[in-house]
This record gives sequence, C-alpha cells and structure tokens, in this order.
Amino acid sequence: MSSVVHRLHSAPLDTTRQNPARPEFIRQDPVGQPTTVVEKPLSFAERLYNQAWLRKLAILAVLAVAWEIYGRYLDNDLLFPTFSATVSAFLKGMADGTLPARIWGSLKVLLMGYAVGVVLATILTGIAIASRIGTDLLETLTSMFNPLPAIALLPLALIWFGLGNGSLVFVLVHSVTWAIALNTHSGFLSVSRTLKMVGRNYGLTGASLIRKILIPAAFPSILTGLKVGWAFAWRTLIAAELVFGVSSGSGGLGWFIYENKNMLDIPNVFAGLLTVILIGLVVENLIFQTIERKTIGEWGMLT
Amino acid sequence: MGLDTPLLEVDGVTLQYKTPQHLVTATYRVDFKVWPSDRFVLLGPSGCGKSTLLKAVGGYMAPTEGQIRLRGRLVTDPGPDRMMVFQEFDQLLPWKTVRQNVVFALEASGRLTGREAEERARHYIDKVNLTKFADSYPHMLSGGMKQRVAIARGMAMEPDILLMDEPFAALDALTRRRMQDELLSLWEGTRFTVLFVTHSIPEAIKIGSRILLLSPHPGEVKAELNTATSPSEAMELEGRIQHMLFAEQIEEGENV
Repeated sequence: MSSVVHRLHSAPLDTTRQNPARPEFIRQDPVGQPTTVVEKPLSFAERLYNQAWLRKLAILAVLAVAWEIYGRYLDNDLLFPTFSATVSAFLKGMADGTLPARIWGSLKVLLMGYAVGVVLATILTGIAIASRIGTDLLETLTSMFNPLPAIALLPLALIWFGLGNGSLVFVLVHSVTWAIALNTHSGFLSVSRTLKMVGRNYGLTGASLIRKILIPAAFPSILTGLKVGWAFAWRTLIAAELVFGVSSGSGGLGWFIYENKNMLDIPNVFAGLLTVILIGLVVENLIFQTIERKTIGEWGMLT
Repeated sequence: MGLDTPLLEVDGVTLQYKTPQHLVTATYRVDFKVWPSDRFVLLGPSGCGKSTLLKAVGGYMAPTEGQIRLRGRLVTDPGPDRMMVFQEFDQLLPWKTVRQNVVFALEASGRLTGREAEERARHYIDKVNLTKFADSYPHMLSGGMKQRVAIARGMAMEPDILLMDEPFAALDALTRRRMQDELLSLWEGTRFTVLFVTHSIPEAIKIGSRILLLSPHPGEVKAELNTATSPSEAMELEGRIQHMLFAEQIEEGENV
C-alpha cells in the first residue's frame, strides 16, 4: 500500500504525455481453442474421494485395524479385547437376543422420556410466545435448569419415584425439556418481521399463524433443539442406568455394560459400548441428518 | 365501484410509534385519496414516514389520529384485500416453492382453493416470466426473481390495492430498471391499483401516475403532483421535485 502511494507521488505529472492510440475491437465469435476443456467429468478416483462417507469409512477401517493390532499385541482380554473379539461378542449378543432386549429396554425408556420432554417443551414455549411474563418464566427456568446435569437429579429422583423406570424418565425429561424449549423459543424469536407480516397479510392470526408461518420458519432451530435433546437424553440414560440399573428389573444397555463388567466379561462390555455408539450414530447421522437434508437443506435454510 | 369515488381515503392520519426511548411522530395529518387504477407514489427522503404510512394502510398500525378507509370501510387489521410487496428478499416462505408460495397465499387467505388456486398461480407466474422456476425454492432465485415472485403473489390475490414498499430498492441498477419496465407492462395488462413507496425521484416519475411528496420529521404532505408524459416534462418534473426537497434540506441545515 505504502509503496503504491509512494510511487504515485514520486511519478512526475506529465500532462503532455499521451497514451498510445488503441483501436477498438469487438469479437464476433468466442475464439474457443480446441485444446481448452470446457467441462470434463472428474476421474473415478477423484469422485470416490469426494464422497464424505467413503473417507470416513476409510478412517474407521484404519482405526479398527489399529485396535486389532494393539489388542493382539497386548493379548489381555480382561483389559483390552481385540476388535474381532468385540465384534464376535456383539454378534453373539445380537444373535441370542440379549443385546436386542437390552437395546429395546433402553430405547423404550428413552422414547418415553423424550416424548414427555417434547410435550413439556411445547407447552412451555407456547406459554412463552403467548405473553411476556411467559417468556420471562421460560428464560428463568431454562437458565436455572439447563446447566444442571440431569444425573445430579438422580438421587432425588430415586427418593421421589423409587427404583423404577419412573426415575429414569424423570431425569430424561429434565435433560430433554430445556434444550428443546430453549432452541424452539429462540427459533420463534428469530423469525423475521417480514415473514410475520406476510402471514398476517394473508389474514392469518393466532394459532393458524403459529402453525403455518412461525413453526416452519423456526424449524431449523426446532430441529436443532430436538437433536441436542436427543443427544442429551441418550448420554443421560446410559449414565443413569450405570448408576442404578442394578435394581430396575430388565435393565437396558447401561446395565448390560455394568453387569458384564462385574462378571469380568470385558468383550461384552466393549460390545455394549459399541452398541451405544452405533445407536447414537444411526439416530444422529441417519435419522436426523435425513430429516435435515429433506427439509431445511432443500429450503436453503441450513446455516 | 364507480370512477367517481376514491378507492382509498387517507384522512388526516397522524402516526406515532414508540422506540424504547422516544415517542416518534412519523406522519402528521396526512391526507390523500387513491382512485382505481392509480399508480400512486409516496415519495420523500428517509424519515418522512412513507413506509410507516404504507404499513398503516396495510393495517399493521393504527393511526393515533384520523382514518384510513378502503372502499368506504375502515382499515383496522391486515387483510388480503391489501397485498404488501416488501423490500426484503425474505418475504417469500423459504420452505415452499415459487408455485407453492403463490398457492399458499391464495389458500391461506381463503380466496381460492385446490385446482382454481393452482391455475391462478400458474397464470400469474407465467405473467412475471418465471414459468421455468415454478418448482424452485426461493433460495435458488436471484433477488430480482424473488421480487417478481412477490409481485406475482400480490397480483394473484387480485387485491383491491397492491402496496409496494420500495420493492426494487435492494436490487442492482440494471435489474431495477428492468423490474420497473416489467411492473409498468403488468399494469398495462390489468390496470390494478398500486400504492408505491420510494425515495428515488426518477423511480417515482417512471412508476407513478400521481406522486405525493412528503417532507420529513414528521412526514407532512408537501405536494401532490401529476407525473410527466414526455421525457422533457420528466426532466422538468425531476428538477421541480429536487428543488422542493433540496429547499427543505437547506432550511433544516440552517436550523441546526
């Protein structure tokens, strides 16, 4: 910058100097040299490399191999079973029906807590958008309870609801509600004034305005809330089952892990962990991502 | 509705709104009448309350004094008989395609349903030359195309009056000129009534058949002019308007 300025200043201003005369020209046809590639498909390898899932699969394969090698080198099933031992324990568990039963045990509780949480969050946001004091209520409650880890409520839940699924559902509801309510509410607040005015221009008011304009417009935030709520709930559930799955009848995946640790069946512990990871991956990457791609991705609302 | 009665009557309208710190008077006792098939332009510098005035006609804001009547009926709420076209590009529903946006407007307002709505939507989308983009989502369109969809949507509702709030202000100069021409040719076709807000004098002269000039802080009627019919007249009119607005500015400058 400074050098440019310097040069501008130092150049003597010569008003008599004239630029050379240049003829005008207009090109009738683009020259179009035959050697220039206008459009050409990428090579097969390049296209493969552009697939994100393929790259990630390669990473997973490398990790699995590293795991296997380290496991064999350690040769201690009690500390660190090999990848193949984990997979065979997983397959055995799936085949004899113990793992599916445990998965169902966990998912059942999870879905119950999630559903109650969604309903509660809907009611809370409903109150919040209806009135100013409702907004204050939601903001106070979320800022108070959102930082409180759900697990911390477990001792209290045990006293209130006993050693059953009731306590699990209670902590799940706590972990889900605030995340969803917070995101949904901030989504409603960020709907542009213009869109709301457009809705009212069509004669929409009250519930129909919320249903037809506000909810779709806030959908990216609502989906984020549902995603975050799911992740919270899943982690909370496994942790809660580990702490007191002991007495809760059939028990879920957390209890499966704990039980097998007690029996020193470490490949099964790893298989349980693998299942937790797989379910998390399937729900977050398949279900939620598909919904996201089909809705806000298509609408151009992905941020 | 005869030609001897105005379509829209704005009668001594004072508009005030509150910011967290102040009570602002946007317009003070503004009167004007819009007749059917008018291309009525509200022109003035920023701060003259022209957009606020349009919002009040749209029913988004109640006047603190005076009345706004459409076909003799008092305007109290927003409604599909006064369709707004906004300046912002986000006025289209992003989760609906171009066609769905127009159809939704018709169905949500209860104007038309089913096949009739589809047909009406297609007709007006064709009119604004977006046939090829009927199934595109708004985020795939350019700014000018989005505004054309908004205009198609407004016209498809066949409102009593189309309210346009600086619809071309956010467009580049070339697109803007093309949109002005297109709007005029659309008007030639159906002769709808339009109330158009702008701060650009050439745009007002080009679009308007009658121009209401507003002075700022608070907005008051300064003049109501007929538009030019020939290029030389347009130049002369532009000069006159500029003079009126410019004189205002000097006065203000001296007061400060």
